Amino acid sequence: MLRLEPRPQASRLMTWLSPLLATVLTLVAGGVLFAVLGRDPVEGLRLFLVAPLKDLYGLSELLLKATPLMLCATGLAIGFRANIWNIGAEGQFMLGAVGATGVALWAGESESALVLPGMLLGGALAGAAWAAIPAWLKTRFNANEILVSLMLVYVAQLLVSWLVFGPWKDPQGFNFPQTVMFADAALLPVLVDGTRLHLGLLFALAALVAAYVFMYRSHAGFRMRVAGEAPDAARYAGFSASRTIWTGLLCGGAAAGVAGMAEVAGPMGQLTDKLGLGYGFAAIIVAFVGRLHPLGIFLASLLMALLYIGGEQVQQYMNLPNSIALVFQGLLLFFLLGADVFIRYRLRFGSEAASA
Amino acid sequence: MTTSSPPPTARLALHGIRKVYPGVVANDGIDLSVSPGEIHAVLGENGAGKSTLMKIIYGVTRPSAGEIHWEGQPVTVRDPAHARELGIGMVFQHFSLFETLTVAENVALALPGRPDLRELSRRIEEVSARYGLPVDPRRTVHALSVGERQRVEIVRCLLQQPRLLIMDEPTSVLTPQAVEKLFETLRRLAAEGCSILYISHKLDEIRALCHSATVLRGGRVSGHCRPAEETPASMARMMIGKDLPHCEHSPAQGDGEVRLRLAGLSRASDDPYGVDLRDLHLEVRAGEIVGIAGVSGNGQQELLRAISGEERLAEKHPVQICGTEAGRLSAGARRRLGLCFVPEERLGRGAVPALPLVDNGLLTAARSQGLVRAGFLARGKARAFAERCIAAFDVRGGGADTAAQSLSGGNLQKFIMGREILQAPKLLVAAQPTWGVDVGAAAFIRQAIIDLRNRGCAVLVISEELDELFEICDRIAVIAQGRLSPPRDIGEASMEEIGLWMSGLWPGAETTAPAAAEAAHA
Amino acid sequence: MEGNLFTAVLFATVVAGTPLILTALGLLVSERAGVLNLGAEGMMAVGAVAAFAATHHSGSPWLGVLAGLVAGAAMALVFGFLAITLQANQVASGLALAIFGVGLAAFIGKPYESLALPAVPPIRLPFIADIPLLGEALYNQQALVYGSWALFWAVLWFLYRSRAGLVLRAVGESPAAAHAIGHPVVRIRYLAVAFGGAMAGVGGAFLSVFYTPMWVEGMVAGRGWIALALVVFATWRPLRVMLGAYLFGGVMVSQLFVQGAGLQIDFPSQFLSSLPYLATIVVLVAISRNPATIRLNSPLSLGKPYRADA
Repeated sequence: MLRLEPRPQASRLMTWLSPLLATVLTLVAGGVLFAVLGRDPVEGLRLFLVAPLKDLYGLSELLLKATPLMLCATGLAIGFRANIWNIGAEGQFMLGAVGATGVALWAGESESALVLPGMLLGGALAGAAWAAIPAWLKTRFNANEILVSLMLVYVAQLLVSWLVFGPWKDPQGFNFPQTVMFADAALLPVLVDGTRLHLGLLFALAALVAAYVFMYRSHAGFRMRVAGEAPDAARYAGFSASRTIWTGLLCGGAAAGVAGMAEVAGPMGQLTDKLGLGYGFAAIIVAFVGRLHPLGIFLASLLMALLYIGGEQVQQYMNLPNSIALVFQGLLLFFLLGADVFIRYRLRFGSEAASA
Repeated sequence: MTTSSPPPTARLALHGIRKVYPGVVANDGIDLSVSPGEIHAVLGENGAGKSTLMKIIYGVTRPSAGEIHWEGQPVTVRDPAHARELGIGMVFQHFSLFETLTVAENVALALPGRPDLRELSRRIEEVSARYGLPVDPRRTVHALSVGERQRVEIVRCLLQQPRLLIMDEPTSVLTPQAVEKLFETLRRLAAEGCSILYISHKLDEIRALCHSATVLRGGRVSGHCRPAEETPASMARMMIGKDLPHCEHSPAQGDGEVRLRLAGLSRASDDPYGVDLRDLHLEVRAGEIVGIAGVSGNGQQELLRAISGEERLAEKHPVQICGTEAGRLSAGARRRLGLCFVPEERLGRGAVPALPLVDNGLLTAARSQGLVRAGFLARGKARAFAERCIAAFDVRGGGADTAAQSLSGGNLQKFIMGREILQAPKLLVAAQPTWGVDVGAAAFIRQAIIDLRNRGCAVLVISEELDELFEICDRIAVIAQGRLSPPRDIGEASMEEIGLWMSGLWPGAETTAPAAAEAAHA
Repeated sequence: MEGNLFTAVLFATVVAGTPLILTALGLLVSERAGVLNLGAEGMMAVGAVAAFAATHHSGSPWLGVLAGLVAGAAMALVFGFLAITLQANQVASGLALAIFGVGLAAFIGKPYESLALPAVPPIRLPFIADIPLLGEALYNQQALVYGSWALFWAVLWFLYRSRAGLVLRAVGESPAAAHAIGHPVVRIRYLAVAFGGAMAGVGGAFLSVFYTPMWVEGMVAGRGWIALALVVFATWRPLRVMLGAYLFGGVMVSQLFVQGAGLQIDFPSQFLSSLPYLATIVVLVAISRNPATIRLNSPLSLGKPYRADA
């Protein structure tokens, strides 16, 4: 008989094996899903895992998709470690795009080298400002940040919609809900010729390094960690709870805002109402699968990007809705949370008395 | 509750009970037998395996090996519901009552079927009158004192007409006077044929109450005895394997400066289930240890948070630390004035369970020991500090990289004590410094507190253990219902008097009449 | 004319509030048992798609409701396995359910996107439907609207009158104490969670089969999250859930007010559409500002995993 037995100490090894186990289980479940849908599971998984990586362009697309995930997840992880549940990165991402677009439209045809830094700043500030709303309501009125940040996603969506249908609509755009294409000075330079991979990737990598230093080397990061592990201990030690909340939410908002900026100044080149691709929600999964650790987030964002691209592939070649990628992402998080049980427990064979 | 003529077999007999948790053998080869009408003590210090054994009898957990015989028949106690069907009742140390429900609802939850609440209320009043356990079935539990809650638990057990009643450290929440009343109730129950398993580490109580005793040490039975025929010293030797250690305590050194002054401290609790503090006055001087006694839940938590800065006050002057009016300062700012604080909860408040000792050293000592430079952690210095705490306070079972949660209670408490004391505080506040700690560690900690006083530190100790306060304090005050008694020099105070004060009845106490009446029962 | 408008707005308010009532009452029961399931949005979405598909294939809206109920409960049990059996973090597990459910619903629903169902006729209650102004609005409604009222009375009776409800509340306050006096905490929590999922599924079914008889990706539009907020706003009490749900229903149909009042201001429709979400934030703030309100009313063990042998 199989049974679970508590471990004397949480297993560090399982902490990192669990995401791998979850990935394997997701692939197995994916194969089963393909089979149930009457498709060849091997071919399905090949489209998901191998096909997107077969050439340089494929790799560049993978990194391109991973960039906003990395940025959003890094910011979220800082909050999650302190039990600040910002789940509105999607909205903060949109506001970042709006902030950056505002700067780009204001700059117009200017060729100044300051346009991009201005857009970066505008995106980060707008994202942070959107996250400041739940932070303020939480610290001042004790309002639940989960629900507030989530509600603001819908509001952000409507704000974008209003802008591109209304004041920011391209007058020559045949009434499509979109702004004018940005001038060259407002576009992020491409890193590798012949691909769409842009400078935003370096922003993301820089954010990962900065987050690592913050989390593991700074006193502020230590205080956030204590607040997440044991809130009473943080209070006992005199760490300010509201500073923790502000830091967690502002970091998440700013990082998501930068991701939004990189999206409009990168592959999109304009603001449209098709901005929300769920990166902000997917980033929640990335943060968890990446164990709230920068290195883990780097790897997990590549995996999630692979799932996005794989979804497009099976839509194209297997005639399945690309929302299958969302199913896979959800499964991944389920399996991760399930596999995490082995961090605290281990499997034993036989009855309790026999092992005693 | 059954007939008084004892059947020939034991009511409960345990044979070779063994319980293994990962990494720990909690019980090993335990034999124990209780007759009808017998009050049987299970004696042992913290960590000896008493609680595990009781959980096994009550079906909360299963033994890894061994047999349980109930009235001569071998049984497997599946769960607490099954235990109650058999006729086993248990009064928990940490009560299993529901705060938001009424007394009657709480009782109804433990009875089978669907009892009519009105009829049940009548039965509750009947039983409580019969055994001298006054409770009002209509009141909501969160409004009850700790003593009243215990009575609810006992009444709840009695309504199930148990043939074996397990009492887990029942006196830790009672005043000495209330302990006497409880003993009368228990003797009466035993006279009616109910068996009682009485778990305790208090030798005097066991000698006063119990017919027989089983002593546990390190998960094994270290002896059986008849308490009335033993001395406390002989039972202590059975319990800890050597004589009880004592602290060296010289009289306080003259009149030092005032390091902590409470000047009319009042604070309404943020927690609707909490206690309001009402006009507290106290001075603690350099070179003395002041103790605050009291039954738990009388405002100790609220007082500690108001002193530590975990809860800030609206005004500055009611809390003065080392001459500074600190009422509105944060916990961190008060530490910078020279305050160090050892809270009651070790895991989750005094230490972060999942983090290693290095990080737990950083928790409060970062500033005073210079473990942070320009906002970044100085890992090397933090490690050196943690290792200093470990060495100086004899912390065993792990090093600087061991997670706090994997240390035993006593060793973790020594680490926390060391962390606070090695910061050379001007004022140390300690809550329940030896709660749940083994005898050896407790003596070590008490001695460390006394040594700190001898070096000129002012110390405030809040404890529910009167014995401990009488052993280490120079002056003692009592907290009851959010009010603080005037302090007494320890040489002039007696246990009886302080016990009476714990009901709120000190000279000049302005308790309202109903509150005092209620407290007299508590 | 005025009277017609009043009746129309009231009618629309009741309809718009119904999925919120169904879902929020279910969540209330599961939270009263101490389990916080943030996956309501996902359960509603899957319930909506399942109900739509079942109705489309069978022709019976009631089989659709049953399908929504079963689908919602099944989703909730997946959550229950993680949060109760494996003791995973309830917040994370609920988020996982929300993300997964929305994704799964989009995936399953793809083939149904361009289809429509025949509208289900309302049930006109005899006599009382003739009451001026109110009758048409309240008593000429979809059967599930009456169902939501029945659910309200059932939950009220269950929580405060039945022994099972007392046990459920006790488990929600202190699972350890409930276990110690012999109540099967895990089983009770599973049942409560499944009930919550089933009701969210029915709430979704109401959306896709009765309210707007079609399936569109994203049609739940945050109602699951609003229902969660509603439970907090209601301080875990059924009557306030009803009131809150109709309040939100009113906000959601606020376009009717504006059009009906004949206002000629050029108001961006996006602003009106954002009102329910902003209103959610406002009520959350209003109810949370006094921590004692939450502390006194929320189930004490809410969101905390329970370990039997600890």
